[in-house]
Amino acid sequence: MRVWGSAVFALRGVTANTMRSVLTTLGILIGVAAVIILVAVGTGSSQAVKDSLSRLGSNTLTIRASQGGTGGMARTGGGSNTKQAQLTVEDAQALIDAQEAPSVGRVAPVVTASSVTATADGASHSVGTFTGTTPSYLSLNDDTIRSGTAFVDADYLARRRVALVGSTVAEDLVGGDGLSAVGKSVQFNGTTFKVIGILTDKGSNSGNQSDQDDRVLAPLTAVQDTLTGYGSVSNILVQATSAETVAAAETEVSEILDMRHEVTSDTADYSIMNSESILSAATSTSQTFTVLLGAVAAISLLVGGIGVMNIMLVTVTERTREIGIRKAIGAQRSDIVGQFLIEAVLLSVFGGAMGVLVGIVGSRFTIVGVEPVVAPYSVVLAFGVSVAVGLFFGIYPAGRAAALRPIDALRYE
Amino acid sequence: MNTPALELRGITKVYGQGETAVQAVAGVDLVVEHGEHVAVMGASGSGKSTLMHVLGCLDTPTSGTYRLGGLDTGALDDRRLALLRNRRIGFVFQSFNLIPRTTALANVELPLAYAGVRGKVRKERAQAALDRVGLANRVDHLPSQLSGGQQQRVAIARAIVTEPLLLLADEPTGALDSHSTEEVLQLFDQLNAEGRTIVVITHEEEVAARSGRVLRMFDGKVYQDERRVGRARTPAHRSQRDVGEVVR
Repeated sequence: MRVWGSAVFALRGVTANTMRSVLTTLGILIGVAAVIILVAVGTGSSQAVKDSLSRLGSNTLTIRASQGGTGGMARTGGGSNTKQAQLTVEDAQALIDAQEAPSVGRVAPVVTASSVTATADGASHSVGTFTGTTPSYLSLNDDTIRSGTAFVDADYLARRRVALVGSTVAEDLVGGDGLSAVGKSVQFNGTTFKVIGILTDKGSNSGNQSDQDDRVLAPLTAVQDTLTGYGSVSNILVQATSAETVAAAETEVSEILDMRHEVTSDTADYSIMNSESILSAATSTSQTFTVLLGAVAAISLLVGGIGVMNIMLVTVTERTREIGIRKAIGAQRSDIVGQFLIEAVLLSVFGGAMGVLVGIVGSRFTIVGVEPVVAPYSVVLAFGVSVAVGLFFGIYPAGRAAALRPIDALRYE
Repeated sequence: MNTPALELRGITKVYGQGETAVQAVAGVDLVVEHGEHVAVMGASGSGKSTLMHVLGCLDTPTSGTYRLGGLDTGALDDRRLALLRNRRIGFVFQSFNLIPRTTALANVELPLAYAGVRGKVRKERAQAALDRVGLANRVDHLPSQLSGGQQQRVAIARAIVTEPLLLLADEPTGALDSHSTEEVLQLFDQLNAEGRTIVVITHEEEVAARSGRVLRMFDGKVYQDERRVGRARTPAHRSQRDVGEVVR
């Protein structure tokens, strides 16, 4: 029949037992909201990782020294090979070779000095990252100067003690917006460097990330002179000439380094990472995280779903007698099923919609330092599952009851 | 020749199977003419309720044929049986069986709603049926706000609102005090006087005394069929159109 009639009966059924309807709705609401929020937290954190990695640029390679290949200690060919694997400034220079490495654009060796304290006019600051490098590092790392000037090749060759500081360092040392730090002399672990520029903010994108503006850049030569000594470099950044030549650049770099280090690809004492591989490693980590959160949320949705099943089963069972009455006065099977179907739809769709609302609103807040990003699939999935559960466990017992002979439904206690 | 209102041939009903099988109705042949007022009496377990459920198409007999207004109910599917219950049979239960938390008016409207009668007409007819049982001023009351007698009268209004051929009542006064019993019985008398066929199950002689024909059952069989002189009614005046027309 007569959908409207069934809808009216269904609405009466819902409102006749307000408390039970509210609890059913609440069960679905919590399940759906939990899935949406937790998946959003997972997605948000992986988004944060991706964002911070994308600043590296897509066509850079990072070369690091590693412990060497499996055959490292048993290598033939002379004692010099048994030394600790090292990357040197010379390695970096060898990579700038238009003949052997046409795909390599800029190269920047990097040294890092650890636990550096900056002092100026009585103010002191513990520097997060103190990097010694070449001028090409700036463009490689997408760095620009907010105020002052960058150091240039002349500074590098002349081993001038000049420095570029991030805004966190500058603000700590001179106060205010830090711009007045330009031109000041600052002691880094006692060695005086002249600040010639302030780096443009990289920003700290979310609470649990380290401050990317707490850093100092200086010419590698000057840093080796004063803070780190003349040993190996921590890593070498290589920029391919374009995004398409990254793979070629990687091959060229490894050929040159294999030759210089007298190793083969199996015994290589260094590793090359491109931003792609870092990204995929980080992405897979955060995906695992998202899956874990999603699993927890799915369990809560499942528990909510079981609650809904329970209430729906009880509702229909305790109304078996009512179903019998309705059949006795001439209700068709479709009338009965329709009534409970609409009732289940009202409860589960309303609960699901409220859950989506709560989930989306809840995702606007920062949760444990992560800004959640609502994933559309989680909304669709959570809503769909909750509605399906509500429908199935509303319709199935109602269908069973409607199939009873009227007298059996009437006798049901 | 007129078809009888009810015609039962060799109706049996067996519950359970094998050794535990119980024969609740053991072969009943019965013909009820239009406009008759029949009382079925018997101790509990005599099969009278089971017979009533068969008459009301709430249950199907194990064997035998049951014709309602000439229509063989055994040949009908679920959908047609529901239509038959809706249009041709009004059922009054001992425990009223009103839908809880639903007003008297809405309860009476229910069979009309299932019959597809719409909005305004439905309300008017339900209202008229409640007037008929003397509850015009109780339409918006919930069953829980009505006395037993009033609830039973709502149930009767619900049973007659579709103008059924047959009014079946299963111990309609069993749960009522004597005053309410009298009201309900008078109502049945009036309805019968208007030409409705009524079959009442009861174990009270007082109730049976008001009907024109008393069937006594024992062990699933009718052992006495007594027509009372002076209570016999003239055949019904109301239309006796074939049930088949409606159900088809």
